[in-house]
Amino acid sequence: MATKLDAKVPGGPIEEKWDNHRFDMKLVNPANKRKFDIIVVGTGLAGASAAASLAELGYNVKSFCIHDSPRRAHSIAAQGGINAAKNYPNDGDSIYRLFYDTVKGGDFRSREANVYRLAQISNHIIDHCVALGVPFAREYGGLLSNRSFGGAQVSRTFYARGQTGQQLLLGAYSSLMRQVGLGKVRLYPRREMLDLVVVDGKARGITCRNLITGEIESHEGHAVVLATGGYGNIFFLSTNAKNSNVTASWRCHKKGALFANPCFTQIHPTCIPVSGDYQSKLTLMSESLRNDGRVWVPKQKGDKRSPQDIPNEDRDYYLERIYPSFGNLVPRDVASRQAKFRVDEGRGVGDTGVAVYLDFRDAIKRLGEEGIAEKYGNLFQMYEKITGENPYKVPMRIYPAVHYTMGGLWVDYNLMSTIPGLHVLGEANFSDHGANRLGASALMQGLADGYFVIPYTLGSYLASSKLEKVTTDHSAFKESRADVTARIDKLLHMKGSRTVDEFHRHLGKIMWDKVGMSRNAKGLKEAISEIQKLREEYWQDVHVSGEPTYKNEDLEKAGRVADFLELGELLALDALTREESCGGHFREEYQTPENEAKRDDEHFCFVSAWEHVSGAKSSWQLEKEPLEFEHVHLATRSYK
Amino acid sequence: MEHGSKNKLNLKLKVWRQNGPKEPGHFMDYEAKDISTDMSFLEMLDVMNNDLIRQGKTPVEFDHDCREGICGACSLVINGNPHGPQLGTTTCQLHMRHFKNGDVIYIEPFVAHSFSVVRDLVVDRSAFDRIQQAGGFISANTGNAQDANALPVNKTDSDAAFDAATCIGCGACVAACKNASASLFVGAKIAHLARLPQGQPERDRRALAMVAQMDAEGFGSCTNTSACSAACPKEISVDVIAQMNRDYLCAVAKEPKHKALTESP
Ligand SMILES: Cc1cc2nc3c(=O)[nH]c(=O)nc-3n(C[C@H](O)[C@H](O)[C@H](O)COP(=O)(O)OP(=O)(O)OC[C@H]3O[C@@H](n4cnc5c(N)ncnc54)[C@H](O)[C@@H]3O)c2cc1C
Ligand code: FES
Repeated sequence: MATKLDAKVPGGPIEEKWDNHRFDMKLVNPANKRKFDIIVVGTGLAGASAAASLAELGYNVKSFCIHDSPRRAHSIAAQGGINAAKNYPNDGDSIYRLFYDTVKGGDFRSREANVYRLAQISNHIIDHCVALGVPFAREYGGLLSNRSFGGAQVSRTFYARGQTGQQLLLGAYSSLMRQVGLGKVRLYPRREMLDLVVVDGKARGITCRNLITGEIESHEGHAVVLATGGYGNIFFLSTNAKNSNVTASWRCHKKGALFANPCFTQIHPTCIPVSGDYQSKLTLMSESLRNDGRVWVPKQKGDKRSPQDIPNEDRDYYLERIYPSFGNLVPRDVASRQAKFRVDEGRGVGDTGVAVYLDFRDAIKRLGEEGIAEKYGNLFQMYEKITGENPYKVPMRIYPAVHYTMGGLWVDYNLMSTIPGLHVLGEANFSDHGANRLGASALMQGLADGYFVIPYTLGSYLASSKLEKVTTDHSAFKESRADVTARIDKLLHMKGSRTVDEFHRHLGKIMWDKVGMSRNAKGLKEAISEIQKLREEYWQDVHVSGEPTYKNEDLEKAGRVADFLELGELLALDALTREESCGGHFREEYQTPENEAKRDDEHFCFVSAWEHVSGAKSSWQLEKEPLEFEHVHLATRSYK
Repeated sequence: MEHGSKNKLNLKLKVWRQNGPKEPGHFMDYEAKDISTDMSFLEMLDVMNNDLIRQGKTPVEFDHDCREGICGACSLVINGNPHGPQLGTTTCQLHMRHFKNGDVIYIEPFVAHSFSVVRDLVVDRSAFDRIQQAGGFISANTGNAQDANALPVNKTDSDAAFDAATCIGCGACVAACKNASASLFVGAKIAHLARLPQGQPERDRRALAMVAQMDAEGFGSCTNTSACSAACPKEISVDVIAQMNRDYLCAVAKEPKHKALTESP
C-alpha cells in the first residue's frame, strides 16, 4: 500500500522503542529553550499538562482557551477514573496487559507502538498526579485504591470518587497557574482559535477572536500545540460540554492537516435518557457504575409493571446472559449496541420506551446504601437532580449517548500532524484508541501526551528545524485575519429565518439516525446528501444575532456549527467507505449471525486519513496508513 | 415532582441586561411559556433566547458549559440566591420542577466588587485564577515524582482533602457574602493541600501568598455569617476558612517578616 503518511515509528523491539527514541531525538539546550515561543491551544488535561511541562523546561508558552478560566475545560467533567498498569492489586496486570487490552479494545485499528508507549507512561502519570496533590481514593492502609472498568479483567482504574477528571484537571491547572505566576506562561482565556497560520509550510501561529471584545488577534510562535478536544457535539446531543467543538481542528484540516478515522465515534452505554425536545445535552452516568449495577430489561415486551414489582424470573440481565465472562463490564460499543437491540425489540423501559435499567438493588443488599454512596454518591445525587427519582430506591434508567471521538487529526509517533510544527494532543488527535476507546483511557492518554510525550518530541522538532523569525505583519497572518473577518461578517449578514440551534439540532438528528450507533450504505448516502443540502441552507437562511464587537454566544456557536456541517459530510463518507464493522463503527451489512461486529482485516486494516482538496468534485482524498500487528495478533474480539 | 410529568409552566422573568462593565444595567421583562418541569433552568433560558433571536432581538448572555454541575461556569443569582433556591445545586442542575406556574423569577449576575459584569449575566472571575497563581499549587515539576504508593496517606486526611478539593471555582460564595469575601474559595484550596502530606513543604508560603493576593484583589473580609457555605453548590464547609486562618496565623507567627509584606495596603 503506497502512502504519503510516515508514522515515524522507531525501530527495535516494542519495549525499547520509546527509550531508544528519546535517546535518538535531538535536544534543545537549556539556555536556548527560552528563545522559543510555543502556542498551546486548549487547557484540558492535554493542553494544561503540556503547557505546564513545556514551561517548566524553560520554553515561553502562550496558553489559549475559550473558557473564562483554564480550569473549566471539558476534562473537568470526567467522572470514572484513569487507568495505569501499576498492578497494585496484584491481580495480574502489567504494561503488556494494558497494552494488549487497549489494542484489543480498540478492535485492532490503532498503532501498536503508540499504545505500548501509552501503557509504559501510564504509571508515571499516577506518580506525578499524586505528587501534585490529587486526592485519589485510598484504602484504610493509606495506599491507593483501584476499581475495574469495561474491557478489562483486572482492577487498574485510579479514581477520585466520581470526580476524577476534576481532580486531575485541577492538578494540571495548578501547575499551569504556577508557571503563569513565574512568568513562563502567558494566559489568553476567552480566545477562540479560528485559523492556523502556516508560513513556509510550517505552523507558525494562530488567528483568534477575543470573545469579550470581538477583536481578531494574531499570535506567532515557533510551533503550535493543539489540544482542543473532541467533536462529539456534532450530534447536538452528547455528553460533551456545550462549548466543545471541532473548529480549531477543522481549521487546521482545511489548512492541510489530514483528518483520521472521523467515523470512529463512541456511544457510551450509560447516560440519562432524553426526556424532551428542549433537551440541550445528555448526562453521563459513569461506566464505573457497571461494577455494581446490573443492566436488565423485562423478559416480556410491553411489561408495564414498575421495576420493583418485576421478579427476577421475569427480568433479562442480558449482558450477563450473552457475555458470561465479562458480564456487565463488556466494552462500551458492545454494551451500547445490546441496549439498542433490546429497545428495537420493544423491550425498552420508562415513558419513552427508549431506555434500559441499571439496577443497584443487589449491590445495596451487599454493601448497604452507605457503601454505595461512598463509591458513587455524587453520581446518584446528579441522577436524582436531573430525573427527580431516587436511584437508591428505583433502578436508574439509562440509554446510550454520544460520548467521545476516537477520530481526529492524524499524527505521527511524535504527535505531529501532516503540517510540520503543528502537534495535536488529547482527544483532538486520533492516535491511541483505534475504533473504540476503553473506559478511563482518555484521561490517561491526554496526560501522557501532555506531561510525558510532547516535552520530548517538540524539543526534537525545534532542534532539527530551520525556523526563520516571523512577525504577525507577515502576509500569511494578514490573509488569515482577513479570511476570519470575512467569514464572521458573512455569518452576521444573512439574517435568515432559522436559529443556529435549529440547524444544529437538525444536523444532530441526521447524524444520530443515519451515522449513529448502527449504519448502512443507504442511510449513509442519504445522510451525505441531506447534510450537503442543510449546509447550503445554512449559508442562506441562518439568523445570527447581534454584532461582532462584544460577547456574542450566538456568533460563537454559528462558526462552530458551520464547521460541524462540513465535518458531518466527511464523517458519513468515512463510515460509508469503511465497509466493515469494528469497534464503535457498526455497519449493518457486516455482522455475524449473533449481531457482533465483523471486521475485515484483509481489506480494512488501515487508518483512513482524509486530505481536504478544495475546488475538486469530491472535497476529500483518502490516504491510508497501513496497520501491522506484530504483538497482539489479529483476532475476533470475544467477551463471552 | 415525578419524572415525565406533563406539567407546563408559564413564568415571568425579570432579567438583568447590561452592555458592558461601565454601562448602566437594568431589569428587562420576558415571558417563558410552556416550560416543561423536566427542563433545567438553563434550558429554559435557551428557549427564551431562541425566541428572542427569532424576534430579531439580542439574546441574553450567560456563562455555561458542562451543564453537569462541575465546571463552575454557570452562575446567576436567582430570586436573590446564587445558583437558585435548591441547596447544593448549580444553576445548570436546577430543574424547573422546583418552580410553580405563574412564578416571577429575578435573574441577576454574580456581582461583587472583584467580579465586574462583562455583559448581561456574564461576570469576570479572573481574580480567582490570580489567587491560584500566587500559591494554589504544589511545586513539583513533571518527571520528579516517586512511586505513588511510596507515601501512604491516612484515609481520613485524604477524604478531608477531597472534601475541600471539590470546589468548582464558581464564585457563588463571593456572590452570597455581604462583604463579597472569597474566604471559602481560598480556604478550600488551602485546606485541600494542607490536609495532604504532599502539601506540607509549601504550606506556610501558600497561605501567606494566597491570602495576600485575595486581599490585593479587593475581596472583603470574612465575618463568619456562613452565607458562603449555604450557597456553595458543593456544600463546602466553613471549616476550610478556619483552616485558612489557622495556617495563615501560624505562618505569620513563624515568619513575622512576612507580615508586613502580606498585609493589605
Ligand atoms: C461526561 C464525561 C465523562 C468522562 N469520563 C471519563 C473518565 O472517567 N475517564 C476517561 O479516561 N475519560 C473520560 N471522558 C473522556 C475525557 O474526559 C476526554 O476525552 C478528555 O478529558 C479530553 O481532554 P482534552 O484535553 O483532549 O480536551 P478538553 O478537555 O475537551 O479541552 C479542550 C480545550 O480546548 C479549548 N478549546 C476548544 N476549542 C478551542 C478553540 N477553537 N480555541 C481555543 N481554545 C479552544 C477549550 O477551552 C478547552 O480548554 C469523559 C468524557 C465525558 C464527556
Ligand atoms: S455549567 Fe458547568 S457547573 Fe453549571
